[in-house]
Amino acid sequence: MTDLSFSDHAVAGKTAPPAEARSLKLPTQWLGVAPFFIFAIMFLILPTLYLMLGAFQNDAGEFTFENIAELAQPSIVAAYWISIKVSLASSLIGAFAGLAIAIAIVRGGLPDWIRSATLTFSGVASNFAGVPLAFAFLATLGRLGLATVILNTLFGLNIYAHGFNILSFWGLTLTYVYFQIPLMVVIIVPAIDGLKKEWGEAAATLGATMSQYWRMVVIPVIWPSFLGTVILLFANAFGAIATAYALTGSSLNIVPILLYAQIRGDVLHNAHLGYAIAFGMILITGLANVFYIWFRTRSERWLK
Amino acid sequence: MKAGRFWAWVVFALGAAYFFIPLIATVEFSMRMRRGVYSFDAYKVVLGDARFQATFGYSVLAAVFTIVLGVLIVVPAAYWIRLRLPQLRPIVEFITLLPLVIPAIVIVFGYIRMYGSNSPLPFLATDTGTNALLVIGYATLALPYMYRAVDTGLRTIDVRTLTEAAQILGAGWGTIISRVILPNVLIAVLSGAFLTFAIVIGEFTMASLLNRPAFGPYLQNIGANRAYEPAALAIIAFAITWGCMSLIQILSRFAPKSANRPN
Repeated sequence: MTDLSFSDHAVAGKTAPPAEARSLKLPTQWLGVAPFFIFAIMFLILPTLYLMLGAFQNDAGEFTFENIAELAQPSIVAAYWISIKVSLASSLIGAFAGLAIAIAIVRGGLPDWIRSATLTFSGVASNFAGVPLAFAFLATLGRLGLATVILNTLFGLNIYAHGFNILSFWGLTLTYVYFQIPLMVVIIVPAIDGLKKEWGEAAATLGATMSQYWRMVVIPVIWPSFLGTVILLFANAFGAIATAYALTGSSLNIVPILLYAQIRGDVLHNAHLGYAIAFGMILITGLANVFYIWFRTRSERWLK
Repeated sequence: MKAGRFWAWVVFALGAAYFFIPLIATVEFSMRMRRGVYSFDAYKVVLGDARFQATFGYSVLAAVFTIVLGVLIVVPAAYWIRLRLPQLRPIVEFITLLPLVIPAIVIVFGYIRMYGSNSPLPFLATDTGTNALLVIGYATLALPYMYRAVDTGLRTIDVRTLTEAAQILGAGWGTIISRVILPNVLIAVLSGAFLTFAIVIGEFTMASLLNRPAFGPYLQNIGANRAYEPAALAIIAFAITWGCMSLIQILSRFAPKSANRPN
C-alpha cells in the first residue's frame, strides 16, 4: 500500500504556490475530522462541562461544595432513590425476561420465522418509547384500560382496589420494561449466537451434564455481555423522562422530572442546585457506563 | 429437547402477550370514542387537527435537517478516520457513545445555560437560532446511531482503493466524498437516517425545554387533556416507528454483504 499521506504532501509541495502549501500543510490532515470535533466540543462536551463546573460554583462564581451538599435534602434524595429503584427494577426485569426470550428464540428449537419476527419487533419496540408508550399503557392498565376492565369483569379482580396504580413505582417499571426487554433481546442475541455448538459437544464428550454445561460454559461466556447490557438498560431508564412525564405528570418525582421542573421554573429556588442535580445524573449514568465498557471489552473476546 | 421446546414456547407466548396486549388495548381504546360502537373517530379528529398537522410537519422538517447535519458531520469524520487517522478511532467512538451516557435533559440544560440571549453565541435569542439549536441537539442524540451505521457501511467497502482511484482520475476531496464514498455507503447512511427519524419525530424533552412547537410536546399536551385521541396518536406513532424499522430492514437487503478486505 502506498503511503497516501506522503504522496499527498509531495504533490501539494510541488504544485501549489509556497504560501498556499504552507497554509494547507497543517490542517489538511485534520480537516476531515474538524467538523466532528468542533461539533462534539461545542454541543456535547462544553455544555456538559459547563453544568458540571456550575455544580461547584455559587452565584458569585466562587468554588463551593454547597450545591452538592444541598442535594442531601429529603425531596431530592427521594427523587434520586425512586429513579434508581425504577431504573434498577426495570433493567433487571427487562434483562432477565429479554435473556429468556433470546434463549428461547435462538436455542429453543422454535421455527425460524419466530426468530426473525421477534428480532424485527424488538427493533421497533426498543425505539417505541416516550410519550406514545405512556398512552399505550394508560389505555391498557389505566383505570379504564382494557386489561384493567377485563380483569375486573372476567375474573372479578380489581387491580386498583388491590393497590395497583399505573402512576406508581410498579406502573412506571412495567411501562419501562416495554422498551427494556426488546433492547436486551437485540443486544444479547448475538452473544448467544456466539456460543459455539462445538463447546456443547466438547462438554458432552467430556461427560458434562446439561446443568454443568450451562453452569460452567454458557453462563460464564454470556455473563459479561449480560451484565454489561443490564448497565446499559439502567442508564437508558435513568435518563428517560418523556414516558414518565406523560404517564404520571409530576406525581411521581423521579430525578429527570425534578430537573425538568427546575429548568422550567427554578422550583428549588437555587439555579446552581439544578447544575448539581444534573451533575449527579451524569455521575450515575457515567459510572454505569464505565462498567459497561469494561464488561464489553471482556465479552468481546468470545464473540469472534 | 422436547421439554426445552415446550418451555421455549411458553417464554415466547408470555413475551408475545406482554408486548401485544398493550397494542391491542390501545387500538381498542382508540376506537371507543363514539359511544357503543367502534369507530375511527379519534383518528379523524387527530388527523384533522390543525395543530397535529403543524407540529408533525415541524418535527418532520426538524428530522430532515437533523439527518442532513448528522451526515455532514459523521460521514467525513468516519471516512477520514478509516483513511488517514485510525489512531483517533477510540477517541471518536468514545465521543459518539457520550450521548448514551449524558441524558438528553442534561444536554439541553447545558444549551439553555450556555447559549442564552446574553451569551457570546446567543442561539436562543432568535427563533431561527432556537430551531437550529434543536436540530443540533437532535443531531447529538442521533450521533451514536448515525456513526455506527456509517462506520459499518464504510467497513464493507475498500475506502483506500476507491480514494486512490478517484484521485488518479483527478477528483478533489469534495468529489471523492460526495460522488464516490457517499453513494457507496448510501444504504448505511439511509438506515442511520431512518433510525434518526424514528428517534426525533416524537422527541419530547429537548423540544419542550426549548419551547419548540414540535410533535412531542403536542403529544404530551393531548395526553394531558383528551381521552381517546392519545390512544390514536400512540398507534400512529407506533406505525411510524414500525415503518422506519421496516425500511431499514428492507434497505439492509441491498447492502453489500461481505467486505472485500477487512478494514
